[in-house]
Amino acid sequence: MPETRHITPEPGDVLLLVGTMKGAFVLRADKKRKTWEMGGPYFPGSAVYALAYDNRAGRQRIWAGPQSMHWGALVRSSDDFGQSWTNPEEANVKFPEGTGAALTRIWQIEPGRESEADALYCGVEPAALFVSRDAGETWSLSEGLWNHPQRPRWEPGGGGLCLHTILLDPADANRVRIAVSTGGMYVTEDGGATWRPSNHGVRAQFLPDKYPEFGQCVHKVVQSEVDPSRMFLQNHWGLYRSDDRGENWTDIANGVPSDFGFAMAIHPRDANSAWIVPLESDEFRCTPEGKLRVYRTRDAGGSWEALADGLPQTNAYETVLRDAMAVDALDPAGLYFGTRNGKLFGSADEGTSWTELQDGLPPVVAVKAAVV
Amino acid sequence: MSLTFVISGPLRELAGNRSELRVDGTARSVSDALSLLWEECPAFRDRVVTELNELRPHLNIFVDGESIRYSGGFGTPVRDGAEIVILPALSGG
Repeated sequence: MPETRHITPEPGDVLLLVGTMKGAFVLRADKKRKTWEMGGPYFPGSAVYALAYDNRAGRQRIWAGPQSMHWGALVRSSDDFGQSWTNPEEANVKFPEGTGAALTRIWQIEPGRESEADALYCGVEPAALFVSRDAGETWSLSEGLWNHPQRPRWEPGGGGLCLHTILLDPADANRVRIAVSTGGMYVTEDGGATWRPSNHGVRAQFLPDKYPEFGQCVHKVVQSEVDPSRMFLQNHWGLYRSDDRGENWTDIANGVPSDFGFAMAIHPRDANSAWIVPLESDEFRCTPEGKLRVYRTRDAGGSWEALADGLPQTNAYETVLRDAMAVDALDPAGLYFGTRNGKLFGSADEGTSWTELQDGLPPVVAVKAAVV
Repeated sequence: MSLTFVISGPLRELAGNRSELRVDGTARSVSDALSLLWEECPAFRDRVVTELNELRPHLNIFVDGESIRYSGGFGTPVRDGAEIVILPALSGG
């Protein structure tokens, strides 16, 4: 096994959690975000699609969901930035008897709201939501979603039948929105007891009925912290905005080279600003024209500008996956993304200019940013 | 009767870095033998079998050199003194 290096972040540092097909890496930089130091690999050989930083209730905890091809998947955590990890005796996220299901992969770990400091949410494959109310000690399947009568008609996308996005409404503790590829979005307004499909206006290019009640292949959804009514959505063909907490969606693919893509991020303080990385077609799934460009809107999708300063513009056939882009909370906001070719890029000026932070990583599937 | 489990990978870490475990008890099949193993090392169970009690797809179990995939699965008979090897399959990329 490779030698593992560790980092020791200081208060105020920016922390990047990078999940790859063959392990996780942790990077730190001071608030200038010019020089980065990297620790890892953690869980070498395991695919790490889910990572999260949890600073609630005074914690400095990294959550991870490594999936070993041989030994299965677990939720594990570290309180020392990766130097040591929990290794639960019993698999902590597992399907109950009678469901007829077995966990394939952990796709998302979402720490609960500040008001629920011991709550955690976990999206998995096959598509299901698990919830912990005791800081990850025990987990329960969201039966309301699992037993939804439409669930048997969900179908796997290219990455598997996964629940990949969990949006906890900042203003309503009972409201949670999830996204499934391929099932579309569902929302609960009673804390998970009941769920309803919520995909009005979102296209399903691959179905005869282009605007079905459910069954869309939603790739990523983001919600504003400062204006929770504002959301953006990157679909499998389709780029959308909602101004009513996701109830209705409007096409905003204005001037982008493609409305296909995976990754998406929203500004931490400006509900009109978001970033995407368009990809060419659902066949090729690489950056158009061999140019790696991030697109930014400052007017809620009315227009998009290409950001290429510092990004390769020749023979750059890159793919940025759904969870491989993140934004930090500093001002100006930092933006980060990783590619399937193992490159990691960062911007300290909201995407205007970019620096390659790492090359040669295993394929990047998750990037999360936090301020320690 | 006595059985010897030969283990590898992260199972060794969970067994105090031992590569072999001797288990005593009564076992007529691999299923019985694994039950004895889970009693000795509870952490092995979820790493070797899924929630559906199926052998993880990229693991193999050999009884006296023969893969149980070709000898009756968990119903494969075991003899006193059998050697049971749990190994990751050749897979990955």
